[in-house]
Amino acid sequence: MAEERRFRSVSGASIALRRRQHSASCRELAVRGPRLQLRSLSAATSAVWLAAYGLFALSENSMVLSAAIFITLIGLIIYLHFVKIDQESLLVIGSLGIQVTSSYASGKESTTFIEMGQVKDVVINEAIHMQKVIYYLCILLQDPEDPQGVSEVVPLFQSSKPRLDCLIEVYKSCQEILEQRKTAPQSS
Amino acid sequence: MVLKVFFPSCCSSADSGILIGRWISEQNSAVILAVVHFPFIPVQVKQYLGEVQRVTKVSVSVLGSWSNSKQEKEESLSKFLEDLGTIFCHEPWIQISKEGDSKFWSCSTLQKHSKNPQEEEIILVYYDQRKVMLSHLHPPLDTAGQRAEDASKLSAIFDTVARSQVLFMTDRYDEGPIKLTHWQSDGVEASIIVELMKQASVPACMLLTFLLSLLSGICRSRVLKFWPLSFLWSKLSTCEQLGHRLQHLQVISSNKKAQNQNQLMRKANIFVSLLIDVALGILLMSWLYRKNRIGHLADTLIPVADRVAEELQDLLQWLMGAPAGLKMNRALDQVLGRFFLYHIHLWISYIHLLSPFIEMILWYVGLSACLGLTVALCILSDIIALLTFHIYCFYVYGARLYCLKIYGLSSLWRLFRGKKWNVLRQRVDSCSYDLDQLFIGTLLFTILLFLLPTTALYYLVFTLLRLLVVIVQGLIHLLVDLIDSLPLYSLILRLCRSYRLAAGVKFRVLEQQDGKPLRLLMQINPLSYGGVVQTYRLPTYSCYPKDSWASLCKKLFLGELIYPWKHKGEKQN
Repeated sequence: MAEERRFRSVSGASIALRRRQHSASCRELAVRGPRLQLRSLSAATSAVWLAAYGLFALSENSMVLSAAIFITLIGLIIYLHFVKIDQESLLVIGSLGIQVTSSYASGKESTTFIEMGQVKDVVINEAIHMQKVIYYLCILLQDPEDPQGVSEVVPLFQSSKPRLDCLIEVYKSCQEILEQRKTAPQSS
Repeated sequence: MVLKVFFPSCCSSADSGILIGRWISEQNSAVILAVVHFPFIPVQVKQYLGEVQRVTKVSVSVLGSWSNSKQEKEESLSKFLEDLGTIFCHEPWIQISKEGDSKFWSCSTLQKHSKNPQEEEIILVYYDQRKVMLSHLHPPLDTAGQRAEDASKLSAIFDTVARSQVLFMTDRYDEGPIKLTHWQSDGVEASIIVELMKQASVPACMLLTFLLSLLSGICRSRVLKFWPLSFLWSKLSTCEQLGHRLQHLQVISSNKKAQNQNQLMRKANIFVSLLIDVALGILLMSWLYRKNRIGHLADTLIPVADRVAEELQDLLQWLMGAPAGLKMNRALDQVLGRFFLYHIHLWISYIHLLSPFIEMILWYVGLSACLGLTVALCILSDIIALLTFHIYCFYVYGARLYCLKIYGLSSLWRLFRGKKWNVLRQRVDSCSYDLDQLFIGTLLFTILLFLLPTTALYYLVFTLLRLLVVIVQGLIHLLVDLIDSLPLYSLILRLCRSYRLAAGVKFRVLEQQDGKPLRLLMQINPLSYGGVVQTYRLPTYSCYPKDSWASLCKKLFLGELIYPWKHKGEKQN
């Protein structure tokens, strides 16, 4: 069962939230950001090469041109592999844990799995970012010594930065599954 | 509550039988290790499991039944499997059945003593048995100690599979009452090369230990401990590096087997690092000795030393004139300039005295590059230190003179204001001086003050030169440290067999079908390269400067001697 809805991110870009229910206690929520546009890529490449050609006209050294091509290629590879995040997803499996995945434009996926025993709660927090106040979803991790304490805060959807309406949908979905572990009989 | 069944993917095509594994009741999860096929005698199965439990200390038991029917579902078989549940009483009794080639299996549990007879959800998690067995889980560094038993439920699963290694020793070609299916059931794998190396390593280690004990005996003998020699050994970085490598060799050649993963990785890292070091050193040596490059090097050494001395002489002549337009005190200038010029003259004569022997010395010293690239780099650093010894001497003279001047000035300045430094109370107190004390003090103060620019300029120039040499030597030492401490074996392991170093797991949701249990695939999430380097870094012998930039500047201003690169175990001068 999958459904997709469009929302807006904090900076105004259009993002899509896709919800899939695999079973009664397993849900996947994926936020997809805007893809890399061809026109911004060509604009950046042309700017670099125009600057390189200008330098070449001044200095008459052909190394400048080959260096510009090299820099463009390396820069593009680094950008696609390390910077541009296409999709961030959250897989909540009741009684196992929560898995956070970021997929980059080059296909690389970086995953973190947090066991259910370490998860205290999933909440929406406020933060001051530059001149704005934004909302973000985060996972609170349990402190092993202090049952009421929080040892770490793991923020989610950091690169796509959805707005509050999208976050509320994700929050409700997560809480439905997290509540199941409270109602289930605890076995020590 | 949700029941989690961890099923090894190698048993997906096994024939019908019963499932054996470990039941972790706190997490309501069953880790299945193998499938026992028909025909079997229940008593023998229980005996076998008891033996396995004794050896591995893992509570292995019969967990349920597995039926793989290639044709239609057989009613009689399912009844038979249910009856097995009464023989091997286990609560809950798990029944997994697969029809034909279907991906979607049906899974159910039989609870005899359950209080709430509701249907509990079942999650089926597939895992790769071989990878999970060989993998080593790395807990996050900051919480290493505390969360031992409680936190990582996954580490219990990894632990179970890793410790049940003896269960995987029997394959289907063995004659025995029990027929198992697990990842090695098609035949136990081993590598001839590894076995041969294991056999050969024992005598090799013994020989190496014997040689090393001889060597360390010689090193510790009284002959080498006399004062001038011991001072020399402590100053040369080559000897430090050789001692460090000797220690490494002792670690590798010791007869004790490695107790845990960390020690094993450490030994392997040291071995690979030594191997690469020696290989690079031999490469360097072959390059140096080809086409008589050593001869060329020796020929250019003397002219380079001469050139440096000439440049220094020019510099001193410049200082003795009017450097950068500043007006120096002529007399002091001439004295200092002539003193340093005479020093350079002595140094040049000394170098020229040595020049016929340089080529031979260099040839024999170059042979020691076969001990490793790090040794060659340390020798280079020592040669630089020896060739710029006069710069070091000038720096010390300039610094001491400047330091004396600064202390004299500060003390006389206090006298000028009528104060004194109280050594007992470690503070400045007022003091009444006699008239003649004040007179002489003020006179000396003005003399020192007006001579300050000259001394300060000499001090500045020689400190800059010394810092330049220190930076060059420091870069070489940084490179040596990098080669020493990089865990090459761990990095290669992370590149080629990334499942051995695990930071955690990741789950992938497989195709689902309504009414069937949730299917997940558990894969190993490897440790990042930065994490590998941080966890398995080899310790080095040099400690980086503890001085902050502020204290360094303060020392420079006051004229105290700076020793930026100190080795562990040396007293601070």
